[in-house]
Amino acid sequence: MARRIRRHIISMTGRAGSGHPGGSLSAVEIVSTLYFRVLKHDPQHPDWPERDRFVLSKGHSAPLLYAVLAECGYFPIDELASLRQINSRLQGHADRTCTAGVEMSSGALGQGLSFSIGIALAGRLDEQPYRVYTLLGDGECDEGQVWEAAMAAAHFKLDNLVAIVDRNGQQIGGWTCDVMELEPFTDKWQAFGWHTIEVDGHDFTQLIDAFEKVKTIKGQPTAIIAHTVKGKGVSFMENNPDFHGKAPDAEQVELALKELAD
Amino acid sequence: MTPDASQREAYGQTLVELGKENRDIVVLDADLRPSTMTSFFAKEFPERTFDCGIAEQNMVSIAAGLAASGKIPFASTFAVFAPGRCFDQIRMSIAQPHLNVKLVTTHSGLTVGEDGTSHQSLEDLALACSLPGFTVIAPADAIEATQAVRTAAATNGPFYIRLCRPKLPVLHDENYRFELGKAEVMRQGTQATIMAIGTRVVAALEAAENLGRDGIDCRVLNMSTLKPIDEAAIIKAANDTGAIVTAEEHMEHGGLGSIVARVLARNRPVPLEFVAIKDTYAESGSPADLLKKYGLTAGDIERAVRSVISRKKAG
Repeated sequence: MARRIRRHIISMTGRAGSGHPGGSLSAVEIVSTLYFRVLKHDPQHPDWPERDRFVLSKGHSAPLLYAVLAECGYFPIDELASLRQINSRLQGHADRTCTAGVEMSSGALGQGLSFSIGIALAGRLDEQPYRVYTLLGDGECDEGQVWEAAMAAAHFKLDNLVAIVDRNGQQIGGWTCDVMELEPFTDKWQAFGWHTIEVDGHDFTQLIDAFEKVKTIKGQPTAIIAHTVKGKGVSFMENNPDFHGKAPDAEQVELALKELAD
Repeated sequence: MTPDASQREAYGQTLVELGKENRDIVVLDADLRPSTMTSFFAKEFPERTFDCGIAEQNMVSIAAGLAASGKIPFASTFAVFAPGRCFDQIRMSIAQPHLNVKLVTTHSGLTVGEDGTSHQSLEDLALACSLPGFTVIAPADAIEATQAVRTAAATNGPFYIRLCRPKLPVLHDENYRFELGKAEVMRQGTQATIMAIGTRVVAALEAAENLGRDGIDCRVLNMSTLKPIDEAAIIKAANDTGAIVTAEEHMEHGGLGSIVARVLARNRPVPLEFVAIKDTYAESGSPADLLKKYGLTAGDIERAVRSVISRKKAG
């Protein structure tokens, strides 16, 4: 399935001629694990009040989210080809007004964790059993609002909230340590009052274990720091920041799809 | 005569009433509860109050998440901090998805007074009105503030309600019913129309009274709903009186004056004067001294009316 999702991401962004393949490819296992193993959700009823919520804070990874939603049956897989086209339901960045299953309009980085706090607080007030899973980019954590939210989520003791950071180590301008140092990254989350778990973000077993473990943590939110490789699965995209916000050309699409063949 | 009344106090009390009527009402603040008077609600409903600390960006995005989950969040801070400090969060978390968040800000405009420039919001109406789908209201007194807050709670979609710091004369009685999107005729008149918003409505009435003694007959409209603007009332005033003055505690750019000018330019151009802040920041001072120095008093409105009427005659 991960290979299928990766092929969708390559084909979609290749056809669109723009988009963000790198940070989509790095989080394939994270988002797939959530939708196929962890989340209680119903593609036939995207507004089911008790559903677990997945909030894509790093909205530029929309191609990944669309590919997974389509594979789940939220909309036809054929529709993936319309990414970024005029009148498409699949906007360049995730848009809750357009696409079934998309919880938040994102793309302006740094807002998703705060938005997720709102959903988690509402769930607690209404005694709903759902959990909120929010995917952030590591570069996104340059945004001050992420840390405002980190402070607040711990203050509100939101144990129904899980942040997953796609720690691929790169952002548009290169390595995160060169653009803006994030380390000691896990320590920061702990200092803000979060339980933390570090995993290999491409290892399904580690991810599944982490999501199980999260359910036992009470009285504080959990951050899963998922170590990943940007552009994972395509040799010439791996650890190459050029593919943060650039789509593969026709030749590169062909090469990538060959590498990703079953 | 009714004593002056506080819009903030009216807001705080109304929130408590709304909280009793509807358990989906929740309140957010950014460490200004005693000033915005959301403290009343916090005392009554602590479990439904979320103080986000001094973090306005976080506050408005949390409010959006609550709204996306069926709550009716009222989020409050000073007008200078929202929408200004958290404009992108309001834009993408609230306006674009058209979520049911009510931003109610206090201490707006010049009349926050001595705190000075850092606390004087003179751009907030322009920012709020630029957001598609937002309803923008600046009530003229405490009674209208209560009505506007109730209307916002009962109407789906994002609202920006701008309240002021000082107590204001009470212009309405308890039977007043605020109508969203409708200008309120406060005084009939034939020679010019003063269109005012917020604290300037009482100044407009004073100006009209003074002008009346000189035989100048002015209509006064309370333009409390800035968006959607009551185009019909503006066009009618232009047709009936042929001269218009706008008055607001806000920059000339992007506020009531700009919006009225747009409506007139499209429909019925007539001479127009603006009583507003002229592309400058202000300073510390008492509200009365500031209004005088920056040209927003009843006297300034009177001069603008005389000027616009002479332009009409010259035209």
